[in-house]
Amino acid sequence: MVSELQQRMQESFQENVSEEYLMDCMRCGFCLPACPTYLATNQDETHSPRGRISLMKAMRDGDVVWDGSVEEAFDMCLGCRACEPACPAGVQYGVLIEETRVAVQQAKPQGGVEKMVRKAAFDGVFADQKKMASTVKLVQFYQRSGLQATTRKIGFLNLFPPFMKEMEGVLPKVESKKKRTMLEKPKTTQVAFFTGCLMDTLFQETNRKTIELLEWLGAEVILPKEQQCCGALHGHSGELEKGMRNAKANIDAFDSDDYAFIVNNAGGCGAFLSEYGKHLQSEPQYRKKAERFSRKTIDISSLFVRLGMNLQLKAMTAEEGAIVTYQDSCHLRNVNKVFLEPRSLLQDAPGFEYKELIDAGSCCGSAGIYNLLQPEMAKKILDLKMKGVKELQPAKIITSNPGCLMQMQVGIQQEGLEKEMQAVHIVDFLHEVVQKNQN
Amino acid sequence: MKNPFISIVGAENVKDSQAHLLAYSYDATANFQAMPDLVLSPKNTEDITEIVKICAKEQIPIVPRGSGTNLAAGTVPNQGGIVLLFNNMNKILELDKENLTVTVQPGVITQDLSIYVEQNGLFYPPDPSSMKISTIGGNVSENSGGLRGLKYGVTKDYVKALTFVAPDGEVMKLGGKLAKDVAGYDLMSLLVGAEGTLGVITEITLKLIPLPVTKKTGIAYFNSMEDAAKTVSAIIANRIIPVTLEFMDKGTIGAVEDFMKIGLPREAEAMLLMEQDGNDEQVDEDIQKMIAIAEENGATSAILAASEKEADILKTGRRAALSALSRKRPTTILEDATVPRSEIAKMVKAIQEIAVKYDVQINTFGHAGDGNLHPTCLTDVRDKEEMERVEKALEEIFQVAIELGGTITGEHGVGEMKAPYLEWKLGASGMKLMRNIKQSIDPQNIMNPGKIFAKEMKKRLVIHNG
Repeated sequence: MVSELQQRMQESFQENVSEEYLMDCMRCGFCLPACPTYLATNQDETHSPRGRISLMKAMRDGDVVWDGSVEEAFDMCLGCRACEPACPAGVQYGVLIEETRVAVQQAKPQGGVEKMVRKAAFDGVFADQKKMASTVKLVQFYQRSGLQATTRKIGFLNLFPPFMKEMEGVLPKVESKKKRTMLEKPKTTQVAFFTGCLMDTLFQETNRKTIELLEWLGAEVILPKEQQCCGALHGHSGELEKGMRNAKANIDAFDSDDYAFIVNNAGGCGAFLSEYGKHLQSEPQYRKKAERFSRKTIDISSLFVRLGMNLQLKAMTAEEGAIVTYQDSCHLRNVNKVFLEPRSLLQDAPGFEYKELIDAGSCCGSAGIYNLLQPEMAKKILDLKMKGVKELQPAKIITSNPGCLMQMQVGIQQEGLEKEMQAVHIVDFLHEVVQKNQN
Repeated sequence: MKNPFISIVGAENVKDSQAHLLAYSYDATANFQAMPDLVLSPKNTEDITEIVKICAKEQIPIVPRGSGTNLAAGTVPNQGGIVLLFNNMNKILELDKENLTVTVQPGVITQDLSIYVEQNGLFYPPDPSSMKISTIGGNVSENSGGLRGLKYGVTKDYVKALTFVAPDGEVMKLGGKLAKDVAGYDLMSLLVGAEGTLGVITEITLKLIPLPVTKKTGIAYFNSMEDAAKTVSAIIANRIIPVTLEFMDKGTIGAVEDFMKIGLPREAEAMLLMEQDGNDEQVDEDIQKMIAIAEENGATSAILAASEKEADILKTGRRAALSALSRKRPTTILEDATVPRSEIAKMVKAIQEIAVKYDVQINTFGHAGDGNLHPTCLTDVRDKEEMERVEKALEEIFQVAIELGGTITGEHGVGEMKAPYLEWKLGASGMKLMRNIKQSIDPQNIMNPGKIFAKEMKKRLVIHNG
């Protein structure tokens, strides 16, 4: 017997998941070796892109009915989109998994707590930069007041998955503003800075250093005030409409001819920003503006390269020292196809020897808030990643996204390697290199 | 049903959730799908023996499955039963440097094996386009070919020994690390390409050869398909046997370019990829000759790939051709009709005419050098009327291939998809002999039932060619 929920779920899939996109998949299986969950589950087809696409289609066609196993198959997807560059048929997996999440979200009854958390997160904190700031102030307060120690004792965090506890342990210390430490050059170009909600709060230091480096390279940095969280978290959680609310606010905030680039320093945000144009295709009022916004979007490494940072780095002399490596941000690599630029900067950084991490392009398991929702699978994937790290033994693991940064830090901590290595955002790394070697 | 199997392989290796049954209901063949009852991941030959014994007693179908990249519906469980996976049997067991063999479990990924032996200065030539994900077990069961088939042959030319569980649970070791062996019928070869219909292969010993010192790749573009086909014949007639002589038509070039963005000329009507390996001198000589032959036969451009990296990119593009073609229409149905290589130009021409005759879109790529083409119909399964025309076109391609002395499948296997056409190639007496063999080895028909042997044969077409 098909239950009411199962009926509703099938209809929701029919309504939300595009048949045409599903038909693009010819099931050749070329995506399988690119999928971290397929590999981490010893080749379980239900945890592969081909398997999930088949399940989406089967949900539409009524070949399966909604149950725990089908739900798990979709939940287990990292959304890293490594399958997209691997797919010769050009299947838009990112769109399909987002549509699937919308379909599930719309048809699924939510428990009271989940509803409340979702509402608070997506309508509250991540929708409003001021709220984000005050939430972060809470975190700050929590860290400094000694409450951190107390709650740890009380075991409040035991209510959360074990992974969240580890995550909490690596949250960066939120710092207050510091004085400028770098020389500036005459301004030759103007760029607008998309600060990102997490980056602007938990990673304020990194944002400050981003601005300093850009100014050092001769850019004038503009910070439009009305900017919001990019909306990626909403989009990836089946709340695409709420994500688009943020998108429109950002498009309006950055609607100016004064600058050619809108730069970001978080791979996950950057990919979503670059897809505003695609998502708002059917909205005549925003379509053109959204496309323009997405065209101007650029990640920080690519902009550094364009502003000639490589030459500057090459001109500095220092003796080759510790090994530095790079863990790709999935969305920066798979969606924006940016992977050479950060590597070129690291290769040119004086005082370090760049070495490639095994499977650097494969997800670390952070994937937005995946590590909180699917702690077991996230750990399996992180363990695979750390195997390569232990082989390479770098002094620094460079990342381009806050989630990856924290995840790699967790990995280092789990392996007890804190004394030997650090996970560092590429901006923080370059800032230190430049500061040490300028003049 | 599942309890006896849990006690054999452990609960974690028995899957019967709805999601699992659906995820193992298909392979890479368009329009074929059927749910199994259970998905099992045995750990060793003993597990498989126990599983087969229960299945024999209970008459449960067994479908061995590698990575499900099959292109003839050979791993679709069309009568339900058990899908047998080899994800727990994926170890390289032994590299024998004195006998130049490697022994592996069936679940080893083809490319992993290839890289492993090359790191040891040895060479395993069969390289199906899906090698990045296909398994050796699947390759052996399908007798897969690849891009290097012209010079080095196909999977069957490298199988030296097999461990095999017969449908009654009996374990046999067939063949050996021997250069010569004529003791009795060649039962080992019977299992290669049997598509899992005679038993389960659980261990494989493969022949290796020394890794060639060097290789070089040439690329030629043409204004017509015929010129490319003439070039292929001329190369062979000039006594050159290249490793690779691959062909792509205009539509395929465009689709691959859409995927790879490597600057292939979309306006070219045809492209040939020509590779030779061996010692430096021979490779240089052969490649220069092939480029000259291409120019003599009307190539608009014929050049040497700038680097090994560029050559690798081009080969990756060629391997992705089928999947890339599926960008164009919702459904891709491909064939691998094969003709003697002297007939390649005639076959190419016939395919073009058939496409026009039935008003269907066919793009062709393939292993031109060994006469193995992959005409691919781009269509939409939801359009019943078009699908009828597609089927007629494909039938006519089979027919023409057989008339030219060819076969209905060169390397993909018969599976469920081509079973209705097998008699066209083998004749009634050939089918009878095959049935007798199947009957004597698997009297209960539990091993991958519904494959190779169709319930009904298609009536052979009568064609009047001009």
